[in-house]
Amino acid sequence: MREVDRRSQYSRRIFLQGAATAVPVVAAVGAVAIEDAWAADATALAPATLKTMVKVARDIYPHDFLVDSYYITAVRPWDGKAAADPAVKAMLEDGVRRLDQDAKDRHKLNYVQVPWEADRVALLQGIEQTSFFKTLRGDLVVSLYNQEALWPKFGYEGSSAEHGGYIKRGFNDIDWLPKV
Amino acid sequence: MAKFDLNDDGVVVIVGSGAGGGTLGNELAQKGVNVVILEAGPRTEIQDFVNNEWESFTQLAWTDMRTTSGSWRVAKDFANLPAWIVKSVGGSTVHWAGASLRFDEHEFRTKSTYGNLPGANLLDWPVTLSEMQPWYVKAEDKMGVTRTNNIPGLPGNNNFKVMEAGARKLGYKEVHTGRMAINSEPRDGRGSCQQIGFCFQGCKSGAKWSTLYTEIPKGEATGNLEVRPGCMALKIEHDANGKVTAVIYADEVGKTQRQKARIVAVAGNSIESPRLLLNSASNMYSDGLANSSGQVGRNYMRHMTGSVYAAFEKSVHMYRGTTMAGIIRDEARHDPSRGFLGGYEMETLSLGLPFMAAFLNPGAWGRPFTSAMEQYPRMAGMWLVGEDMPQETNRITLDPTAKDKFGIPVASVHYDDHPNDVAMRNHAYRQGAAVYEAIGATVTYPTTPYPSTHNMGTNRMSAKPRDGVVNKFGQSHDIKNLFVSDGSQFTSGAACNPTLTIVALAIRQADHIAGAMQRKDI
Ligand SMILES: Cc1cc2nc3c(=O)[nH]c(=O)nc-3n(C[C@H](O)[C@H](O)[C@H](O)COP(=O)(O)OP(=O)(O)OC[C@H]3O[C@@H](n4cnc5c(N)ncnc54)[C@H](O)[C@@H]3O)c2cc1C
Ligand code: SF4
Repeated sequence: MREVDRRSQYSRRIFLQGAATAVPVVAAVGAVAIEDAWAADATALAPATLKTMVKVARDIYPHDFLVDSYYITAVRPWDGKAAADPAVKAMLEDGVRRLDQDAKDRHKLNYVQVPWEADRVALLQGIEQTSFFKTLRGDLVVSLYNQEALWPKFGYEGSSAEHGGYIKRGFNDIDWLPKV
Repeated sequence: MAKFDLNDDGVVVIVGSGAGGGTLGNELAQKGVNVVILEAGPRTEIQDFVNNEWESFTQLAWTDMRTTSGSWRVAKDFANLPAWIVKSVGGSTVHWAGASLRFDEHEFRTKSTYGNLPGANLLDWPVTLSEMQPWYVKAEDKMGVTRTNNIPGLPGNNNFKVMEAGARKLGYKEVHTGRMAINSEPRDGRGSCQQIGFCFQGCKSGAKWSTLYTEIPKGEATGNLEVRPGCMALKIEHDANGKVTAVIYADEVGKTQRQKARIVAVAGNSIESPRLLLNSASNMYSDGLANSSGQVGRNYMRHMTGSVYAAFEKSVHMYRGTTMAGIIRDEARHDPSRGFLGGYEMETLSLGLPFMAAFLNPGAWGRPFTSAMEQYPRMAGMWLVGEDMPQETNRITLDPTAKDKFGIPVASVHYDDHPNDVAMRNHAYRQGAAVYEAIGATVTYPTTPYPSTHNMGTNRMSAKPRDGVVNKFGQSHDIKNLFVSDGSQFTSGAACNPTLTIVALAIRQADHIAGAMQRKDI
């Protein structure tokens, strides 16, 4: 069968190449520095607010094989939306503030510093019904999974008409089915 | 291409250019009848289609405001998107997957077969299967349905092969790559399927039948058909005798126009068609046009649906190739010993990664969800589609507050599952999972129904005027020059996908209308 994500076979080299073509800036350099640089560019939201939102995004849809850049790409447009609409800005800032407060009450730490995902998820469950959480999640399910750059990591090949479809590219290449 | 005057009162005006309207328009044009089709959506052609789910959705889908209520989960997850259908020339035949099946004999006689079922508003169709057979034959030939007319079946893709292996293991007998209105070999000036895998996004090879590039250009070539894209019908007018005389519509630039008509045929799909009739209420017809029975908008059906996805140890790549060319028909029979009336089909289905994220379990998050998403390349999938019970309270009404950009009340869609629908869905989930488990699925995902792709029944056919909206030819009981030409005519929904029956009815209706015009009956 023609596989899409070949990490299992060639792992490291291809993986880095794949990430590099996908999101050139982030893949090559140390993630922390880049994240900071990105968040500092924000115009409406405080860098700390955005970084918390990126953490929240990963905790909502955790995929351990995705580097932060995909979550950043998904969350970044909120800065522009906050700049355009004070109500959005307030909703996001209040949401993050509340989350940090809950984290402090329970763990004496800000949300991003709570070390275990399970503990952060418990905090998110506490705000699941807020419009902050609902809006963020509803947007994220599109803004994360609709990034073409991450499709190959999920074994999805995207647009196919320009490649002549799959008629010669494995539409029926399954080779492991039991004979019945 | 024809161009008719707004004051030409000899034309047949058809509202909507999809399976029903597009077919009726061409059939009438072939018979020399002058036709104007008003289509709310733009003319999006094959070269404009994109192999990208969200981009294509934005390009083609009906996203104008609608509201919802009822216990169905769609009302909670997609409160303003009760249906996933198209607003574009060609209607939902641009999105559709091509599965083209005939009703069974008993599915035209549900009242006689199922008897009295509390809560269900069952009624026999005023037509029988034997009356419909010749029209099915014409429809299958027109659409080039595989496994009819000596057209070979499509080749099975990976997703089909998985389903087939499981089905055989389980002992299912009627398993094949379907009766599909998709060319398995070149036919009717269109090429054969390239296994592109974006059937829902508009077929870029034209292998799949759609009125957009079959019926409509053929009709236009006669010089008798004019299609007006971007033209939204707002109201149907009538004279003092009660006969309809014109359609008021908003044109491409939003300007209100009045097209006079000898006959009006409504084919806006089962949500917009009753909405238009209700919005056309007048002093004479205070409950809306053709509504003396009170049945306009009622008995809304959307099929018992659901999906089962399953993950395997090794890759499947279900998205490669034709989306729905695969079927198990063994459960389509009526067999009350299973604990429900009617039957269901199991059909292959795949979604791309973006739609899988949105529809696998709307609202879900965290590890259980992402773990399922990470199985994507190893997933196989099927759609479950069966007969849902018509219920009077499942219904399209005019929303009391929400209005569209022309100030017209929008459609509100109410739906509750009937206990029979729930029993059938549970059975189908079990059998679907069993198919995949039979060949080693490690996990199965019983997936909630999507926004409705099959919409039926809101202007139903009946023998007696008091039981329904239209007669056996789709002609309204109340107003003889007003017709309904889409899936809203369905008296009951059957187990199978609706479009072949919509097309067969449209061909038959064209014959009836042309005859009546010639005899000066209308
Ligand atoms: C993703 C998907 C897959 C499907 N797969 C299958 C399948 O495999 N097999 C099958 O049998 N069926 C399938 N269907 C269903 C099939 O597409 C519909 O049953 C069929 O197209 C309905 O025909 P219709 O004439 O009732 O309406 P449509 O084809 O939806 O056409 C209605 C048209 O009317 C227009 N309109 C509405 N209101 C107005 C107005 N006021 N003024 C002007 N124009 C208006 C709309 O814009 C639209 O273009 C599928 C549908 C979808 C969405
Ligand atoms: S798989 Fe076949 S029918 Fe579907 S879009 Fe591709 S060419 Fe068209």
